[in-house]
Parts: sequence; C-alpha cells; structure tokens
Amino acid sequence: MTETVKDAEATPDVEQPYRELGLKDDEYARIRDILGRRPTSSELAMYSVMWSEHCSYKSSKVHLRQFGEKQPPTDALLVGIGENAGVVDIGQGWAVTFKIESHNHPSYVEPYQGAATGVGGIVRDIMSMGARPVAVMDPLRFGPADAADTRRVLPGVVAGIGGYGNCLGLPNIGGEVVFDPSYAGNPLVNALCVGAVRHEDIKLAHASGAGNLVVLFGASTGGDGIGGVSVLASETFDEHGPAKRPSVQVGDPFMEKVLIECCLELFAADLVVGIQDLGGAGLSCATSELASSGDGGMRVWLDRVPLRDATLRPEEILMSESQERMCAVVTPDRLDAFLDICARWDVQATVIGEVDDSRRLTVEWQGTVIVDVPPRTVAHEGPVYERPLARPTWQDALQADDPSSLPRPTTGEELRATLLDLVGSPNLADKSWVTDQYDRYVLGNTVLAQPDDAGVVRVDEATHLGVALATDGNGRFTKLDPYAGAQLALSEAYRNVAVTGARPLAVTDCLNFGSPEDPAVMWQFAEAARGLADACLALGVPVTGGNVSFYNQTGDVAINPTPVVGVLGVLDDVRRRIPMGFSAEGEVVLLLGATREELGGSEWAHHMHGHLGGRPPAVDLAAERELATLMAALPGVVTAAHDVSDGGLAMTLVEMALRRGIGAAVALPDDAFVALFSESAARAVVSVPSDLVADVERLASSYAVPLTTLGTTGGSTLAVDGLFEIPLDELRSAWQGTLPALFG
Amino acid sequence: MRVGVVTFPGSLDDVDARRAVAVAGGEPMRLWHADEDLRYVDAVVLPGGFSYGDYLRAGAIARFAPVMSSVVQAARGGTPVLGICNGFQVLCESHLLPGALIRNDHRKFVCRDQELVIENSTTAWTGGYAAGQHLVVPLKNGEGGYVADDVTLDRLEGEGRVVARYVGQNPNGSYRSIAGVSNERGNVVGLMPHPEHAVEELTGPTTDGLAFFTSVLRATVDA
Repeated sequence: MTETVKDAEATPDVEQPYRELGLKDDEYARIRDILGRRPTSSELAMYSVMWSEHCSYKSSKVHLRQFGEKQPPTDALLVGIGENAGVVDIGQGWAVTFKIESHNHPSYVEPYQGAATGVGGIVRDIMSMGARPVAVMDPLRFGPADAADTRRVLPGVVAGIGGYGNCLGLPNIGGEVVFDPSYAGNPLVNALCVGAVRHEDIKLAHASGAGNLVVLFGASTGGDGIGGVSVLASETFDEHGPAKRPSVQVGDPFMEKVLIECCLELFAADLVVGIQDLGGAGLSCATSELASSGDGGMRVWLDRVPLRDATLRPEEILMSESQERMCAVVTPDRLDAFLDICARWDVQATVIGEVDDSRRLTVEWQGTVIVDVPPRTVAHEGPVYERPLARPTWQDALQADDPSSLPRPTTGEELRATLLDLVGSPNLADKSWVTDQYDRYVLGNTVLAQPDDAGVVRVDEATHLGVALATDGNGRFTKLDPYAGAQLALSEAYRNVAVTGARPLAVTDCLNFGSPEDPAVMWQFAEAARGLADACLALGVPVTGGNVSFYNQTGDVAINPTPVVGVLGVLDDVRRRIPMGFSAEGEVVLLLGATREELGGSEWAHHMHGHLGGRPPAVDLAAERELATLMAALPGVVTAAHDVSDGGLAMTLVEMALRRGIGAAVALPDDAFVALFSESAARAVVSVPSDLVADVERLASSYAVPLTTLGTTGGSTLAVDGLFEIPLDELRSAWQGTLPALFG
Repeated sequence: MRVGVVTFPGSLDDVDARRAVAVAGGEPMRLWHADEDLRYVDAVVLPGGFSYGDYLRAGAIARFAPVMSSVVQAARGGTPVLGICNGFQVLCESHLLPGALIRNDHRKFVCRDQELVIENSTTAWTGGYAAGQHLVVPLKNGEGGYVADDVTLDRLEGEGRVVARYVGQNPNGSYRSIAGVSNERGNVVGLMPHPEHAVEELTGPTTDGLAFFTSVLRATVDA
C-alpha cells in the first residue's frame, strides 16, 4: 500500500528508515517539526535526496557564500549563482550560459555510462536556461597512467563522453587529462557545457501563475539511478519488489538530441513560462525547485508520469534519475501548441500537474495525497553545517620538504634527456588519443579546440562574436597550499583564455575534495574556496555557478584537493584569435612575465623524482591581470601565443613548435634548468614578426609586463643555444607515443 | 540553385551542410525526414549525424523515412545526391550505392584532419577537382569502415567509381582505403569524410571541401 498523508497522521510512531536513506537523527527530527507530523514514505524519500550533500550543499554552503559576498563589481552577470547555470552578457544582445559539474562516482562504478550521463546532465542544465548548447569540455583526472584500474576507467570514460557528446552534435573543444596516484579509485570526471541565448530569451526555473500546467516531456521514467530509495522501497514496503536498482543512470543521446531541438523550437515559439531539467533527485528536485522558486504552490498527479517499468512505486518515481527528461510550466492556452511541437519531434509530453496558490507542494497518487510539504523546505532550506576544520598535521612538514635538494640536470646532454623524458610523461604527452575520440568540428563554429590553450567558438556568424573557454586545476599545488592552489587554477584558466586574445569575463568551478567529515579535508575546502573567491574579486571575474563534489576518497585517504576552474572570455571578433602554434619561420620569440625558481609541485619534481613538497609557485594576480590586458592588445601583432604552465617554458616551446612543425632556436639565461622547468605563473610565450617586435616591447612596458627575447622561429629542431638541439621528429615521437602505448 | 539538406531526427551536420551550400553560392533548402516533398531542389545532401540514433544499424532506419522514397526516385532520375558520413550509410542502406559501412577496425570513434586523394573528378560533386588532387578535410566517424566483396570492389575500381581514397594511415579500416564511391551515372556520391567542415578558413583545417559544393552548382547549371 502506498502511504498517504492521512496514514502518516494516523500512525505517528511508525519506525522509518531515515538513517539508511542518509538522514541524521536531528535532520529527521527537523522534518517532523516542519510537517508537524511524521513524513510519509514519499516525503521521506524526497527530503532524503534533496537534503543530501549533493543536492543541498549542506557542508559547503557556508563557504560558497563568499562567491556572492566577494563578487567583483560587474555588469556582465545577467543571472548569478543559484539558478541552473549562470548567464553572462557578451554584448550585441547575446548572452552565454556555462557551468561545470562532476560525475566522479558514477564514472568509477560504470565508466562509460557514468561519463556519458555526466555530459547529458550538464547539457540539460544549459538548455534549462533557454540556451542552445554550443560546446562541451571535459576535465578528467585518473590514477597512474600505467595502473590496471586506469586502463579500465579511462577508455570507458573517454568512449562515454565521445559516445554521448558526439551523438548530441556538440563540439568538444577542450579540457584536461591528468594522472596522479591520488586519483586511483577516485577518478574525477568533470563536464562543462556552454550555451548561447539572446538576452530576451533567457528562461528560469520558476513555476508562476496559478492554473498554469506542469508538463513532463522527454524520456519515460524508469528504475535507473534510484540509489538510496531502493532501501526505502525494499526494506519497508515491498519485500518482494525489485532488488536494489542499478544506481548509475543509462543515457540515450539520441533522445537528448531530439529533446534539444524540441526545446529550442518550444523556446522560439515562446511556449514556456518556466523550465527545469531533471537531473539529480529527478522529479523530487524538479517539482520542489520549480515550486519553491515560483510565487505559489504546485499540485502533481504522480500516477500520470509515463513509466518504463509499471512496477515502480511512487517513492521510486519521485527519486528516479532517468535521463533525458525536462519539466516545463506552460499556460493552458499554449498547451496544444506545446504538445504539437513535441509530437513533431516524437517527444512524449504529459501534463503531470498544475501551479496553484496554496504555497504547498502536494503530490497525489491514485486519488490520495502522498506528499504535502512547503516546497522551500525541500529545495532551498535544507540543513546547513559548519563542519569542523583543522589544518592537517602534516601540512608544515609537506611545505618544508622543498624540492631544492633534488638532483638537477646541468649539462646540455642532461637537460636534453630531461626534456625528452618530460615530453613523453603521461601528464605532458600528446592527448590526441583522448581528444581524437571527440567531434570538435560539428556545428561548424569551432575556431580553436584542444590542444590550443582555450576552446574558441563563434556565437554569431554575422558579426563574428565568439567566446573562449578554458578549464584548469592543479591538485598538487592545491595540496601544498589550498588557498594558493585554487588561485593558481583560476590564474591558469584566466591566462589560457587571455592568450587567445579574449577578455576574461566569468568563472564556473567544480570543487573536487575528499570527505567533509574529515576536518583536514574541510580545511582544504575552506581555504580553496576563500582563495578562489579572493582571486575572482582581484581579477574582476565573478563566479556564476558550479558544483561541489565531496567524498572523493578511499578509506581515510582523500584525493589531492582539486578545484577545477573554468573561465569564459569574449572575443568581439573571433577572426582575431591568437593560436598557440608557431606559424612562420624567422619570427621573434618573446617570453612575457618573470621566471623565478619555483619547482614545488612541478611536473619535473613529480615525474622525474616522484616528489611532492615545498610551496607552489607564487600567485601574482596583478601580474596575471597585466598580462591579460597586454594580450588583449596583441591580436594582429603576435602570430602565436601560448601560456607557460605545466612543464614550464620547455614544454611551452615544444608545444608551439610541434603544432605546425616549425622549430625554434632560443638562448636562455644562466640557470637554464630553472628557465626551462620552473612553473612560475603569469607567463606566456609569443611569436612576433620582426618588424613588430618594437610594438610588443612598447606595449609590454606600458602594462609593466617583463619581456625577455628568447630567439627565433624556424628550422626543424628545438635548439637551446650552447646546450642542446632536438629534432622535432624526435620530440614528436616522444610526445605522441605515450598514450597509444598505454591504452592501445 | 537550390540544394536540399535533409534533417532526420539525430542529424547533426545539417546546419553545416546548409552553410557550405550557402558559402558555395547556392540556396540551401531544409528538407524534413517526415515529408516526401523535395521542394523542387536541384540537388540533395544527406548530412552527417546519427539518424534515429543509429539504432539497429547506421542508416538502417533513415532509409525508410518518407523523404527517402522521393530522394531515391530523384536520384534514379539523375538528381545529384551527396551522402556525407551518416548520409553515405543511408545511401548504402537505400541501395543507391554498393557496399556497407561498418565499425572502425580499431573500435574507437575517430576525429582527425584527413588527407584524401580525389580519383574521379567527373562526378556531379567532384567536377571542380583534378583527378589526383590531394585534400585535407575533417573525418569523424565511429562506423566508417567501407566494405564490399571483392567483385564489387574490382568493379568499382574498374569503372572509376572510387571517388576518393585515404592517403597515409587508413583511419577506419576501409577496404582498399576507399573514402567515397559513386553510382554508375556519377550523380550519387557517398563520402565518409566531411567536406562541409572545410569551407571556411576560420573553422576548417582548410577550404579544400568547398569544391564539392561548387561542383554540384556547376553540374546542375550544365545539366
């Protein structure tokens, strides 16, 4: 029997399995307090998923507030934190919406479907703002490249991202692939989507206007992704029901592609008052969030939801995370037009409820009321925790373990060997094995994609307006110093956008950490959030939204704290973008920015010595800002630009040379090792036709950016004066061989 | 000159094909899978993508779409038809072209800038190229391995119906490195790589693909 509100009132003392559903004693008591009675089984299911860490941000909320409190003054932000995704004004009446999310745990359990549905979920978030998705990116982190489990997880994740994203027709324009032992058993699969929308077409997840109808459209609801609710269904209600449901969702990208086109037609015909995607927590989330953000209440007839599996119980229908579903609020006079467009795309659409002025969310099942709650208490007023924090006891020792005592290459021959070794190391090697499985061309607007510093897509064909996007994160830097590490992640993404000639505008972040119940992890999180918020303020780029992923740990061992930061920039004319590769012989190669001896957490220390200790490179946000301002003045002057980061100047030069097979000859200052492999921030390399060098020097000096002349492009080698010369073919084979050898 | 581009549910590169037609100077027309009306177009492009999710087999369901009965009839009457990637699969499933496309031999989706050589420059879609001309255009497919029996392959080669071949590494295990074939009359061409993604310097690796679209405009004028 399905439990009704009347049943719950009549039997106040029934034992409920709230602990199995992840609710604490005091959380359960609070639900009883809110309702003035015990919850029904359906209500308990709803609260348990909506008050989960994933949905409620209960451990992170107090720290995330800083992103609003320290928001830099900006008029670019049209929609801020709290909606499905932030929306940024890029001019000419265009806006873009972008967001990054994690799908870490599902991708470890079932790499293909976990990663695929991660793409699907973030794409629906973007659609629910009224935007057309225009590109995706995937920052990925795995355990050691040669570990057996990495060979299980990585190919599945990559195939899943490709299999889903390629079938949606969204170009994949960048991301990262990073290997580190700390991610063994805890791969990080983050997914970013960006969409474009005219200002007047922005949609919000609000259910307004009593009498308006709630329409569920897209795929039928099945038993996938139910997770903890199966506890409730099987232990309390139906001993003979289905066993534990698979808790990883299964994606159907074709359905999603059709849903995208259907939604865009609905938006174009102005048939939607409010819209919400169904992702985590399924209908529980969609209905409570729509109702909570609206001006009234909502009544839902749950037995009208089309099912893939007729045996599903109401609790399961409320919790199901079946993919490719959307929920819209539609005025009654537009319903027929709405349903006609859905029919044209063969998309199933069903009226499952209506907006009313009750200020309650009620759910009915076969004529009885099974949920009757104030929607805000489900969606927006969940528990908030001030978790204890403690600087780890090992932090001082870690920072004291400086890399200065590690043996360094000194002779030309040693430096040459070190460079070749690093070029082929898994973190620095060519990532084509991964990115060649993604379609970067579809939609025909991709101007730059990996391996360029940022992905660049054209938004308006008539005016050439476009956006640049980059994601970065460095778990090693963040472990050494969480405050600085988060700032360095932002600095790098900001710089990667700037070196394409784009103006950085806004930020999205995916904060991947261990267990918030560990005070050391919570300290890392708090420091990283504080660092990121401070740096966003200093760089003038607001956080528009994002995601927190906790519990990335095996036993007591947490991953390296890994804030992944996405920066969005605007290019008024994408034809003026600056690519990363040397494009002509005989041009002058310049280093912008200052190099210090900074090897803590570097790729050199990591790969050559397996060492992690000391301090990360110094953060210099003023220098980042100056460099970005300078770069914005350089389109049309420099022919290539590439940021200096992982692997230092050496890697930057190798990548610039290999891009189009044009070498370079450079001379370095006294300590060639530091010059080549230090990872000092706020640096970039540019190539310039010789007659324009004076222009760059003048501009650099006016923006106070240090400038060093390194040498000249040309030839088929990378030559470092007096030290070594490596043919590009040799570099290329070292660079390209690693991933195919590992993954086939 | 009106060139129709069919949109099936799951078509992805239809926008790009329409853009390529426009860049070439033609008038792109949208054709809908559920509509038999070809809107008096002079040529038809079946674009890339995953029509009907590629369920059952790539192109197998699209073949039965109402628009395809008109396309097949028009093709038999001499109307130029180009099937790109998924469109090539649909043309094979419709028996307008011989052979079939199967999963890449390395079992992975592949997206790369691919070198091709044009072998037949007399079809409706390749008249703007010289035989032996090399191009670089994007290739992106999961099921791009062209297969046919030896008799068919010998006949295709003997009759000059291999329109393009891969140069260098065979990206998908296609027999005899075949990237595209035509029907006997030369008005129907199937091609696995994507010329519509190589029509603008800004977004393509080259503009080598544009001549497919300018060729057909000239062919339809001449006809």
